[in-house]
Amino acid sequence: MGTSVFYFVATLSIVCSLLVIFSKNPVHSVLYLILTFFTFTVHYVLLNAQFLAVVNFIVYMGAIMVLFLFVLMLLNLNKENEPNKKALVKILGVIAGGCLIVTLVGSLKAVSINSPLVLQNPNLGLVKNLGKELFGTFMLPFELSSILLLTAMVGSVLLTKKEEI
Amino acid sequence: MDINYVIGKFLLVTILFAISLVIAMYSTYAERKVAAFLQDRLGPDRAGPFGILQPLADGVKMFMKEEIVPTNASKWLFMIGPGLAMLCACIGTAVIPWGQDLTINGKAFPLQVTDINVGVLYIFGVVSLGVYGVMIGGWASNNKYSLLSAIRAASQNISYEVAMGLSIIALLVMTNTLSLKEIVAQQHGWHWNVLYQPLGFIIFMVCSFAETNRAPFDLPECETELIGGYHTEYSSMKLGFYLFAEYINMFVSSAVMATLYFGGYNYPGMDWVATLVSPNTAALLGTLVLFLKIFAFIFFFMWVRWTIPRFRYDQLMNLGWKTLIPLAIANIVITGIVIAVVNKF
Repeated sequence: MGTSVFYFVATLSIVCSLLVIFSKNPVHSVLYLILTFFTFTVHYVLLNAQFLAVVNFIVYMGAIMVLFLFVLMLLNLNKENEPNKKALVKILGVIAGGCLIVTLVGSLKAVSINSPLVLQNPNLGLVKNLGKELFGTFMLPFELSSILLLTAMVGSVLLTKKEEI
Repeated sequence: MDINYVIGKFLLVTILFAISLVIAMYSTYAERKVAAFLQDRLGPDRAGPFGILQPLADGVKMFMKEEIVPTNASKWLFMIGPGLAMLCACIGTAVIPWGQDLTINGKAFPLQVTDINVGVLYIFGVVSLGVYGVMIGGWASNNKYSLLSAIRAASQNISYEVAMGLSIIALLVMTNTLSLKEIVAQQHGWHWNVLYQPLGFIIFMVCSFAETNRAPFDLPECETELIGGYHTEYSSMKLGFYLFAEYINMFVSSAVMATLYFGGYNYPGMDWVATLVSPNTAALLGTLVLFLKIFAFIFFFMWVRWTIPRFRYDQLMNLGWKTLIPLAIANIVITGIVIAVVNKF
């Protein structure tokens, strides 16, 4: 049953992410992106990573996408005032996308060569175990990334106050 | 899977839905009666004895009204908006423990739909999802006032979610668990969390007022500035859904506050009842006590609404970012120090 649920949700994620690209209206795009994130949450639940699932739900669906939607609704984008992209930019975009595909295919190939992934501790995704792991084994990277976030926060506050400095 | 288990859960979910809808329905009646009481009026008294059929009359009126979809509105999203608001309001009750386990034919039957071990975070997820109903509805209406109001609602909800999350961290540090069932079980008898976390409770309560868009934080439907708010273009039962979702939200957040800070189904002397009468009676009495606590909170919501005037938008933001968040952080630090000291000795 688990496998069929996975294939169903995976199909949904792919369809939703394709709709993000192909919808004409940017607000619809963002709404499809929210649906895509929701399917990711379901994937995390299927992997028994409850904490990650619920945090993905709160942070990505509940906060970040609200801000995206916020900006797009205020901008009120439509076809007429969309800036015309130059041909060079389009070609560069295609090249960048192609590079990404090559990288992805390459990394997937490396995975298939290795022996199938064995999870050492299937309950790693539960809050208690994840917390112990983050504050024990990965203490330094965890704290460094929090400093990075703090820097970003201070930076954004400074940007709003630039006239006083 | 046990068939009795499935039937039991199905019954519990159905009863919970029915209870939340009926309570939300009669909250509209209670709101008018409380308003009337506070303003020295009579309130609705025509439909049935004491006007008790008024919510039914209102419901019938809502269904009978003509349904209008604005010409340039985005049709699907215009429909999805109120539906999403209603959905998010209703699914919050799933993780709240409504009572101690009942024992039927020697089998324990929990009065909680599901005990996931991230219960508190689930509630936050539902709360943060709730804003989409308002935003989608406000944008799809294709009306400037609706859009402004939707954006106000979104920024208000996001700002107060931060303070709410911080206020609850102190509680989680104290209880050491994210499961609502365990948090309630730890408050056995009269060891209610509000006695240990008074500041956290006040912050949490102010934030839930803001999250449910209730006065004094009802800026998203500030009619003096925004005509009617995000539901300006809505009519008929779609409007009804938005108004109704607010009352269900009020019920759910009252239940969450009662569960987290006021001991949930616990009451002083529950062991005494369990040994003298029977455990099942004690459990049912506990459920009754929980509902009394919820009603007290709902009354408090209404009392505040008819007492305190609406905030200005900058006051709302200052309160959220410059008062509640620093207070919540201070609360975390103090709780951490106290716990460290207590564990040391």
